[in-house]
This record gives sequence, structure tokens and C-alpha cells, in this order.
Amino acid sequence: MKYVDEFRDGTLARGLAQTITAEARPGRTYRLMEFCGGHTHAISRYGIADLLPSSVQLIHGPGCPVCVLPIGRIDAAIALAREHNVILCSYADTLRVPASKGVSLQHVRAAGADVRMVYSCADALRIAQDNPSREVVFFAIGFETTTPMTAAVVMQAAAMGVRNFSVFCNHVLTPPAMSHILESESDAALDGLIGPAHVSTVIGSRPYEKFVSESGCPVAISGFEPLDVMQSILMLVRQLNDGRVAVENQFQRAVTRDGNVKAQAMMAKVFSLRETFEWRGLGEIPASALRIADDFADFDAERRFAVGYRSVADPKACECASILRGLKRPADCRVFGTACTPDHPIGACMVSSEGACAAHYTYGRHAVTAITSPN
Amino acid sequence: MAQLIEQLFLRHFDNPWLRAQNDGACLSLPPDAGRIVMATDCHVVSPLFFPGGDIGSLAVHGTVNDVAVAGGRPLWLSAAFILEEGFPLADLERIVVSMAEAARAAGVAIVTGDTKVVERGKCDGVFINTTGVGVAVPGVTLDPANIRPGDAIIVSGTLGDHGMAIMSQRESLSFESELRSDSAALNGLVDAILAAVPGVRALRDPTRGGLAAVLNEFAQAAGCGIHVRESAIPVRPEVTASCELLGLDPLYVANEGKLVAACAPEDAPRVLDAMHAHPLGRDASLIGYAQIDERCFVQMETAFGGRRMVDWLTGEQLPRIC
Amino acid sequence: MCLAIPARVIELLPDERACVELGGVKKEISLSLLDGVCVGDYVIVHVGFAIGRIDPQEAEQTLATLADMAAVSEDESLLTPPLA
Repeated sequence: MKYVDEFRDGTLARGLAQTITAEARPGRTYRLMEFCGGHTHAISRYGIADLLPSSVQLIHGPGCPVCVLPIGRIDAAIALAREHNVILCSYADTLRVPASKGVSLQHVRAAGADVRMVYSCADALRIAQDNPSREVVFFAIGFETTTPMTAAVVMQAAAMGVRNFSVFCNHVLTPPAMSHILESESDAALDGLIGPAHVSTVIGSRPYEKFVSESGCPVAISGFEPLDVMQSILMLVRQLNDGRVAVENQFQRAVTRDGNVKAQAMMAKVFSLRETFEWRGLGEIPASALRIADDFADFDAERRFAVGYRSVADPKACECASILRGLKRPADCRVFGTACTPDHPIGACMVSSEGACAAHYTYGRHAVTAITSPN
Repeated sequence: MAQLIEQLFLRHFDNPWLRAQNDGACLSLPPDAGRIVMATDCHVVSPLFFPGGDIGSLAVHGTVNDVAVAGGRPLWLSAAFILEEGFPLADLERIVVSMAEAARAAGVAIVTGDTKVVERGKCDGVFINTTGVGVAVPGVTLDPANIRPGDAIIVSGTLGDHGMAIMSQRESLSFESELRSDSAALNGLVDAILAAVPGVRALRDPTRGGLAAVLNEFAQAAGCGIHVRESAIPVRPEVTASCELLGLDPLYVANEGKLVAACAPEDAPRVLDAMHAHPLGRDASLIGYAQIDERCFVQMETAFGGRRMVDWLTGEQLPRIC
Repeated sequence: MCLAIPARVIELLPDERACVELGGVKKEISLSLLDGVCVGDYVIVHVGFAIGRIDPQEAEQTLATLADMAAVSEDESLLTPPLA
């Protein structure tokens, strides 16, 4: 696979690891957060942490849309399927997530609700066209990577006059969450951020510039292949060694400063900014999510079905809030691997395989030796 | 209708036991038979017909393989059908013909069976249960509990072909490829392995849950760890690519014509030779070794040079977008 | 994580659609989010849509930089201890 296999070369990885080890200065640590679940996945799946010197510590961030989706929003989706008798279409990722009382979309489907897994939101529109007598709701989740297709499909539905299709919009924005994490840092637990790959393909590198200069935390936008991640780590180590603070772009092959302008224009047309949105594990973050714009109000499931929202707190024992900010590690949490496992997730980080705790549980437990928290 | 179906089964599965038309089959064991091996499996697959097979051949192979990897020579099968009202007879005949061919090729007879028809919507076309009976190969004890640290772990061929061939047919995922299910009866391959190395410690077919599930079952049963090398695990490029597209991991994808063997390290070359000499084992590969580890972890050295856990699968593997 | 993968465009289809190929697997995708796609381009595919294009020159450049970073180090790590 071109543009994939070259970036998984183990020999180059060993060379890069040596360079990182050689350039990482003794006596200091490099605490780098990979924001995205995609990086968490690459780090876990390829065993990248094994190749790095101990002074480079990787902190798994909140960049998994399934993990940060608040329970209350899944409760609302379940209510749509159960009480409003709609055909609820969703990406498979959300089906298993336990919401209030441990009930998931998979459970309500088993109990007779019409919940359908789709691979693309275009399939949801097709289902609406095939079932003109039923209301079809697309349960939309995801960051900026996944948002433009929802916009495209809403525009298509509007153009075709499909009346029985609407979107339950839960799209969230990356830069506000990143700057929220950096702002809420009291003890500068993070030295650098590994920036998202495909989100940046869509939004470009420009949106990171403001908060990088304000926060003083360097960013390296990174591809999702393992060599991409290692190169980005080296770029951050060099920035930190040189005392520079900049947005650097390792994923040049697919990220420009301006991003995908066409996709951005479609998003701007179909969505408007929410004043605030709750992120599971992080709490309310201002201007961090999208809703359907007034021009497309007919396609907004929240308006069509008067979807209510009730915030549901995670159990107190759960340390996700600290883990998502890089203040604690999964193994520091009392319930990690005992009460909280991928089969029975208690908190955001265990919900999807990309979550910090789930990735550590699934791929990284072999390496657990006396991990300590920074404070 | 019922009569029609009975005729269909009799015609295609034809053997003396069915012809007797009794409620059950009265079977004589071979004179040297010792212990009996018995296994049962329900078969549910969507779509019913897929590249490389169908529910009929799958229902024969699945149970034949379960008997074979338990150390038995499969001789007889039962077949029970649950049919959805309105299921096309032509499709049923295709499935029955395919079962008959698969049974003949595997050297087993379908000696008894049953059919029930349920209301529309109560079943997805057709469900098939098969039970297999065989005789234990003398002198052979296959049990993962016998695996010891240092033992070699061998797979008989490429992984993930069946699961991804099925996935390629799902309407909403539709992608085109040359992928075919590996659905096959493994009793011939098992015979060849056991003839070469009767002391093989354990065999298992990595169906649902894939290689990862079998490795973890081995580790748990044996109370040791397992260490495998990713670069030694055979996977077709199309399987790798379709897994990349859907966010799946070939280690967790189902197979229907592969087996995993554990044997003493000194036996590994002979097990490999026996596999390589058999058409179903041409791509066999030694992928790793059991090791001392009281946590019973399965670990993998990645092709990239790092290390990771290979855990059990949590639930059914579904396509991911994130 | 926004699972997406580069695939080669092998055929342009009506209605802003295209057929892409990846490791022997073909799939139909939508081009409605990306203008000016040609046969032979590598596009990044996410949930059945192309979201961006791979710039071949930039990819070469990144690989060259990677090779430099990986190679230089071997000499350096042998010759000079890391700076304190």
C-alpha cells in the first residue's frame, strides 16, 4: 500500500529511535500528549513506546469522539430510537457504549428498536429514501474529519427534498479542546502536543497557530503511521531543546496551512457553533461543538423531536478527567483493569479502543512497571 | 413440502443410514476404535452464499474441523435445518448439494437430520446445526494444557480470508476484491500432521475471534505466555488492505480453513514440513513460542520493531470510523 | 481517530464519485468534498469520502527527511555523546 507501507519501516524506526535517544537531554523529561486516538492507536499497535527513551513520555489525549461523547447524548439517541420510533443510524463505534444504567444502543436494538449500523452517513440518507414512511435519524459523531460528510449529506437531502431524514448532531471541534487542555494546566504537565492528522487535512495548520503562541506549547501535526509519529516526536524534542514554540507540520503530504477549503465551506453552511458543549471527562468547553444551522433546521433531529439533554456524571472513582489532561496515567486509577475494563467501561477513556485506558489495557499492560504520576 | 425436503436430503446425502429412514442412525465403530470424539456447531452466516463457499459447506467444514482438531477422525455428521417460511427451495437445494459435496470430500457421511420451518422473520433464511462424531486417533492427546514454555506455535496459512470475504459482501461496506473464504475441511491436514508428529501438543481452528482468541486460549490453558512475531504471521495483501479500510485487525478476523498447532520446538520442522506438503498448509508459518509468564499474556513483536499485547477480542469486531 | 487511508483513484464516475484501489481492494467513494481529483491521484478516504489528496513531492520529501534523521543519528550516537 503506497503511502502506508513506507511509513511503517522498522529499520528506519530503529534509526529514528536512536536519534531521539541521542538528542533527548539527560535530566529532563519530554511530556508529549498525542491528542488524537489515531496516534494512541498507532503508538499502541506498533509498540512505539518501547522504542523511545524513558525521558520521552507519551500522554494519551481526548481525541476519540466516542470517548468524549457524554452519556447524556447517548441517552438522547437511545430515547430517539426507543420512544420516537425512528430508524436510528449510527457508526458502529457508538453501538456498544454503555449509557445510563449500562444500556447501549446495541441493547435497545436487541430489545426491538430499529438501530442500524452504517459505514457512511450517505447510507443513512439512502435508508431514509428507501423508507419514506419512517423517520430516519443519523446519530452524527466525530471531529472535523467526520463532519464534512455529514454536511454533504444534509445538503444532498435538502437538494433532493428528503423530508424524513434528520441528523442528531454531536460533532465536536479539535482546537477548542486542545486549548482548553492547555489552559487548564496549572502545573505545565505537558511540554508539547502531537497534533491530529486527518482533522488537520480538513482544517489546515492555521487554527493551531493562535493557541500555540498564547500557551507556549509547541505542536507537531503528525500523520497516523508509526514513522510519522516518531518523526513528530523528534520534531517536538528539537523544538523543546532549541527553546522554540511553533506549529510544525510533519504531515506535509496531506496537510496545508489552509486545509480543505471546500469541506470547510460546506461545514460553515450546514452547521453553526454551539455556545458550549459537554465533553465526557473534560466537562463543558465553550464554542467546542456544532449544531445544525437555522437554514437547515428541518434536518435537525434535536428540533424535530425536541430532544432533551441531561448531563450524567461518571462515577467518582473514575480518574478520566485527570488522565485526559495528562495529570494521571491509566494505571494510577483505582478502578483501571479491575472494575473498569473494555468489557465494562466505567469512564470515557475505557469506552473505545482508542481511549487512553482501553489502549493501555489492550496493548500495553505487559509494560506496566511502577508507573508514577507526575505530581 | 416436508416430503419434498426429505426427498432432497435423501437424494443428495444418500447413504445406507439415511436410506433406512429410521429416527436415528445405528452406527458401527471401526474394530480398533478407542475413544469417541464428538462436536457440535450452529451455523449462521449472512450472506448465505459468499465467495469461496456457502452456509452448507461451512456447516460441514466447521464441525469436521472441530472433531479433527480435538484429535478425532470424523466419520459421521448429523444435520438439522431451521428454515424461514418462504425460503426458496432452489437456494435450499444449492445448499444441500454443497453440503453433500463437502461431506464427500471430507470423507464423512451425513447420517441423520431434522428440518423445522419457522414463521417468516423468526430466522434469517436458514440456520444449520451439525454434530460430528469421530474416533480418537490412537496414541494422540491434544490438549492446550500440555503446552510448555519453549513450545513452537505454528499457523497453517494466511489469516482473515474468511471473515474479510464475508465482510466484502455486506451491502453497506461493499468493496471489491479477489478474496475468497478459506472454508475447508482440515481432517486431511490434521491426519498428515499427526502422522508426522503424534506428540503434537494442541491443535485448534481459529474461527470466531481469530488467531488472537486461540493464542489466548492456549496461554490460559497452559498457564504460560506466548510471544509471536508479526512479520511471521501470513496475511494476504487484500486482507491487510480491507482491514485497513474498515479499521479491523486480521488477528481477530475469523478463519474457516486454518489451524494453529503447538508442538515441542524440536518437532516444529516436521510439523511445518507436513503442513507444507499438504495443499491446505502451503503457507504454514512458525509464528512464535510459548514462554514463562504467570500472567499468561500473549505478546507480539510488531513488524515495526515494538512490542504489544494481543488481548482477547471485546465483543464482535465491527468496522470503525475512529 | 478518524480512520482514513490513502487509496489510488482508478476511475472517475458520474455524480462526483470515483473508484479507488488499495492493496488489491476496490471501493467506490464520493468526491463531493474535494475538487479537481484525477485518475492516478492518491486521496485520503474516510467513511467513503475523499477528504484530501496526497502530495507526492511532499511525501518524497518527508521520507527523505526521515531517512536523514534515522541515518545521521547512527553516526552521531557513536561519535558524540548527547549534550548535557
